[in-house]
Amino acid sequence: MGKVIVVTSGKGGVGKTTSTAALGAALAQNGDKVVVVDFDVGLRNLDLVMGAERRVVYDLVNVIQGDAKLTQALIRDKRVETLYLLAASQTRDKDNLTPEGVEKVITALKAAFDWVICDSPAGIERGATLAMRHADVAIVVTNPEVSSVRDSDRIIGLLDSKTLKAENGEQIEKHLLLTRYDAARAERGDMLKVDDVLEILSIPLLGIIPESTDVLRASNVGAPVTLADGRSAPAMAYFDATRRLRGETLPITIPGEKRGLFGKIFGRKAA
Amino acid sequence: MNLFRLFSRSQSAPAARERLQVLLAHERASAGDSDLVVKLRDEILRAISKHMEIDSEKVSVKLERGVQVSTLVVDVEIPFDATRKAA
Ligand SMILES: Nc1ncnc2c1ncn2[C@@H]1O[C@H](COP(=O)(O)OP(=O)(O)OP(=O)(O)O)[C@@H](O)[C@H]1O
Ligand SMILES: [Mg+2]
Repeated sequence: MGKVIVVTSGKGGVGKTTSTAALGAALAQNGDKVVVVDFDVGLRNLDLVMGAERRVVYDLVNVIQGDAKLTQALIRDKRVETLYLLAASQTRDKDNLTPEGVEKVITALKAAFDWVICDSPAGIERGATLAMRHADVAIVVTNPEVSSVRDSDRIIGLLDSKTLKAENGEQIEKHLLLTRYDAARAERGDMLKVDDVLEILSIPLLGIIPESTDVLRASNVGAPVTLADGRSAPAMAYFDATRRLRGETLPITIPGEKRGLFGKIFGRKAA
Repeated sequence: MNLFRLFSRSQSAPAARERLQVLLAHERASAGDSDLVVKLRDEILRAISKHMEIDSEKVSVKLERGVQVSTLVVDVEIPFDATRKAA
């Protein structure tokens, strides 16, 4: 039986879709069977980030409404053969996501995959609560910035009350993924410190992903950053996060703090 | 290593532009319910379902949208049924 992960944040544009694709690909690169599911009905983007936008035949709503079988809607990645995508519908609205339909789909996916990763839409409405509903693990994506931290706190509250696990009196496993971390801004003291965010939200840290043009390049060419350039800083941070997700304990490195003279000079200038 | 990677990389923006052009052309067409590929897909499947049960193990539908042309591949495994032939 596979594990269900929700990648969520409350606030929009913090890196949920980027992280879903990167973590999903990283898990699959290790041989695990992974499906990434786009819950952002009406504004799908995971297909673009995964580079599968030309191959979407059926979507989540088609499956829920019985227009297509689940196996027909799953799109297999062209690079990693254990990686699959279930796209969101672009043309229907989110009312087509019914709790019963979502439950059926997630139950079937759990039986067939090692990891089911749900990319949540922003907000705290129906789409977001349905995406987290069946999760065993939640990855709370946060930027080191006040409104993002506040929204993450709100989402943590929902995870502890609106998920199936919470309703059954169990604890949902929660991890913080700090993304778009800008080492140069941190050095100038203009960004919330990692420790500050951790203290405020008090959930364990899964990783710190640096702000990087490698992420932009990867989405331009339609590849998760862990596939586009496995040696880039954000990819390596995602690989580390993946290992922690598997239960390994690794020391956390704060981006930029290990830079040599070269990095320091250029880091300052680039800022 | 960093410098080498910086110079050895090609630009990614042209790829982004090309991907978006194809995608948006198709999305705009489908907004008016005139997406021919989807229409064909549905009608072909309806025709198949008149004669046999659509089982995802036996019917696979693949699609690839392109700049000039799209391809729709419907792969049907047709069971050999002797009794049906006689009827
Ligand atoms: N580490 C990073 N470095 C640089 N840019 C990033 C990074 N992570 C994400 N981005 C960029 O930020 C933007 C938003 O990212 P993404 O779409 O993953 O966020 P999201 O949380 O899924 O947004 P939404 O709430 O709209 O679904 C994208 O343009 C993405 O390329
Ligand atoms: Mg998103």
